[in-house]
Amino acid sequence: MSDDLTRTSRRKFLAGAAGLAAGAAAGAAHAENAKNLPPHVADWTRNLGEGVGTRPYGQPSKFEKDAVRRTVPWLTATPESSVSFTPLHALDGIITPNGLCFERHHGGIAEIEPSDYRLMLHGMVDKPLIFTLDDLKRLPRVNKIHFLECAANSGMEWRGAQLNGVQYTHGMVHCVQYTGVPLKILLEQAGVKANAKWILAEGGDAAAMNRSIPMTKALNDCIVAYRSNGEMLRPEQGYPVRLVVPGWEGNVWVKWLRRLKVGDQPWFTREETSKYTDLLENGKARQFTFVMDAKSVITSPSPQAPCKQKGFNIISGLAWSGRGKIIRVDVSLDGGRNWRTARIDGPVFDKACVRFYYEFDWNGDELLLQSRAMDETGYVQPSKDTLRKIRGVNSIYHNNGIQTWALKANGEVENVEVG
Amino acid sequence: MSKSVKMTVAANSLHLSHRERSAHEVRRVRGYGPSRVTCPLTPTLSPQGRGSALSLRHCVALSLALLLVLAAPALAQKKDSPRHYGIGQATTPAQIAGWDIDVRPDGQGAPPGQGSVKHGEKVYMEKCAACHGEFGESAGRWPPLAQGKGTLASHDPVKTVGSYFAHLATVFDYIRRAMPFGDAQSLSNDELYAVVAYTLNLNDIVDDKFVLSKATWAQVKMPNQGGFFDDDREKTEKALWNSRPCMKDCRPPVTITGRARALDVTPDDEKSLRRGAE
Repeated sequence: MSDDLTRTSRRKFLAGAAGLAAGAAAGAAHAENAKNLPPHVADWTRNLGEGVGTRPYGQPSKFEKDAVRRTVPWLTATPESSVSFTPLHALDGIITPNGLCFERHHGGIAEIEPSDYRLMLHGMVDKPLIFTLDDLKRLPRVNKIHFLECAANSGMEWRGAQLNGVQYTHGMVHCVQYTGVPLKILLEQAGVKANAKWILAEGGDAAAMNRSIPMTKALNDCIVAYRSNGEMLRPEQGYPVRLVVPGWEGNVWVKWLRRLKVGDQPWFTREETSKYTDLLENGKARQFTFVMDAKSVITSPSPQAPCKQKGFNIISGLAWSGRGKIIRVDVSLDGGRNWRTARIDGPVFDKACVRFYYEFDWNGDELLLQSRAMDETGYVQPSKDTLRKIRGVNSIYHNNGIQTWALKANGEVENVEVG
Repeated sequence: MSKSVKMTVAANSLHLSHRERSAHEVRRVRGYGPSRVTCPLTPTLSPQGRGSALSLRHCVALSLALLLVLAAPALAQKKDSPRHYGIGQATTPAQIAGWDIDVRPDGQGAPPGQGSVKHGEKVYMEKCAACHGEFGESAGRWPPLAQGKGTLASHDPVKTVGSYFAHLATVFDYIRRAMPFGDAQSLSNDELYAVVAYTLNLNDIVDDKFVLSKATWAQVKMPNQGGFFDDDREKTEKALWNSRPCMKDCRPPVTITGRARALDVTPDDEKSLRRGAE
C-alpha cells in the first residue's frame, strides 16, 4: 500500500452527480413492472427458463450488480500493485464469496499452471524438500474459517473521515474457509534445526513478495492452503497455494507461495520495514506488528446501504479479532455516549469474522451509529481518538478505531468523525 | 494441539487404572499361588493354559493392563516424533540456487559481484528513472527513493531509502526480486550492486567513488537504522484491555467534527469499477 493512502491532496476526483449513497439508492430502486405483480402472472411464471448446464459455473443474479469489488484509483500508481475492496455493504453472514474477497497484489495476478507449481522448503532443515501441488493434496489437511485483514484497512481514515462507503473504509477484510496442510506438518517432513527461529515465506508472483514469520507461529496454526470455501483458490487469492497466518496482517499471508526458507533471524524485507511498519508521532516506528487487533464495523446501514424505511430496522455488522474469539459487540446510536449489546448470530470461530445484529425502531431522528468489539482476551476496540492519542496519525496501518456513520433523516448515511 | 492434549490425558488415565487394578490383582493372585503371578507376562497365554476361567479372566485383565501401560509411553513417543509421509522430493542444490534470492541484513545471501555508483547511474537512468525520477524524487505517483530526511516526526513523513530504510539488505533484496517493475529478476548481479550503490548515493549515504560488493557491504550505514522497535502494543496499549467498558453516559453530547462528503474523494462507480484509471 502506498503512503499516499493518507494524502488526499494529490488527486481528488470530483464524484459525479450526487454522493455515493444517493447513487446506490437510485441504482437499487428499479422501477416496478406492474405486469409482473399480482393479480397478473409474471413473465417468469408463464415461460420456461434456461435449462441445466447453461451456467456450468453459476454466477450471481444479473440483478446483483452492486455486489462487486471496487477500487479507489487515486490510491496507487498502477493497478498491478494496488487493491480492490470487498463490498461489505452487500453481504451478510460471516463467509465472503470467493469472487468478492478483496485483492491486494504487488505485481499483478500470477497465473500458475498447477502442473508447474512447486513449493520449495529449505534453509535450516535436515532435508530440503520440494513439493508438487499433488504432494500437498496428499498430506493430512485441515479446514479452518479465518478472517484476513490487510494491515492498511481503514488506513485512509487516520486523519479523519475520508471515504464515504464501508467498502472503502473497511473492505480490505474477508473471511473464508481454508483447506490445506498445517505448515507444521511440512516443516516436520524437512526436519527443522534446533536453533531455527524464523521462516521466510516467498511468493512466485512478479513481486516475489516475501515476509519473515516467527517459527512459533509457523508451528502453531499456519496453513499452506489450496482451497477456499471448498473450491480451489482463486488466482487473485494465490492459486494454487497461499499461506494462511490466522489473526495476523494480510501481508504475511503470502500468495502464490513458492518458497519457505528456515532461518535463525528475520530478513527485514521491504514489506516488513519500509512498508507494514507503524510510524508513531515521535518518528520511531513499530515493526513486526503482526496481530490484527479486535475491530468491528456496521455494514448496514452505511453510506452504500442507506436506511429505506422508518420503523423496524436492523443494524448489521461484522466483528473480528486476531487475538482469538469475539465475545461481545456493543452498538451505539448516539456516537458512543450510550451502548447496548448486539446479538451475535451464526458461528463464532477463533480469529474469524462474526455477524452481529441490533434491531431497533427508527423514528427518523438523526443517529450516530457505532459498533465496538470485544475479544476473549478482554481487548476492547478503542475510539479513533483514543488510538490517535497513542499513535498519532502517521501509522497508516492497524487502524481499528470505532467507525461512526451519521444516519440522516432522509435515510442517507455518511462517514463522519465525532468529537 | 488439542489432539496431543487428549492423548496425554488418555495415557494418564490408563496409567492410573493400571495402578488401581494391579494392586487389586496382586492381592487376589497371591491367593492362587505364585505361578499365576507370572501369567500376565507369559507371551503364550492360551485358553488351554492352567487355571480356572476366573483366574484366566484376571490374567487377561492384568495382561491387558500391563500392555496398555507399556503402550502408553510408546504412544507418547509417537506423538513427539512426527510422522514422515514420504511425500515430497529432495531439493537439489541447483534448484535451490535458482530460487534462493533472499539477502539478510548481515549480507547472508548476497551474490558475488560488484557495482560502482557510476555504473549504477547508467543502469538507473535506463531502467529506473522513468518511474522514480532522475534524482529519486519520484516521477508522478511512484515511490520516491531519496529525500525526506528529518520528516518522519512531521505531519507529512516522506519514507525513502535515505529517510526510513534501516537496512541495506532491504533495498538490495527488494530490487533483486521485484525490480525493474514489470521486468523482475532481469538485472545482472553487477547491475544490481551498481543500482543499489547509486540509490545510496542519491541519499548521500555513500560518495561518488563508492563500489558496493560483499566486501564493502558492512561499510554502509543507514541513517534510520535505529528508527524501529518491536511490537509493544501489549504493554503500551494495555489500557485497551478493559473487560468492563462504559455502557451509559460515557461521554458528553457528541458533535460531528468531520465529514467524508466534504473531502469528496470517494470514487463514483464509473471510476471505482474501472481498472487502472490513471
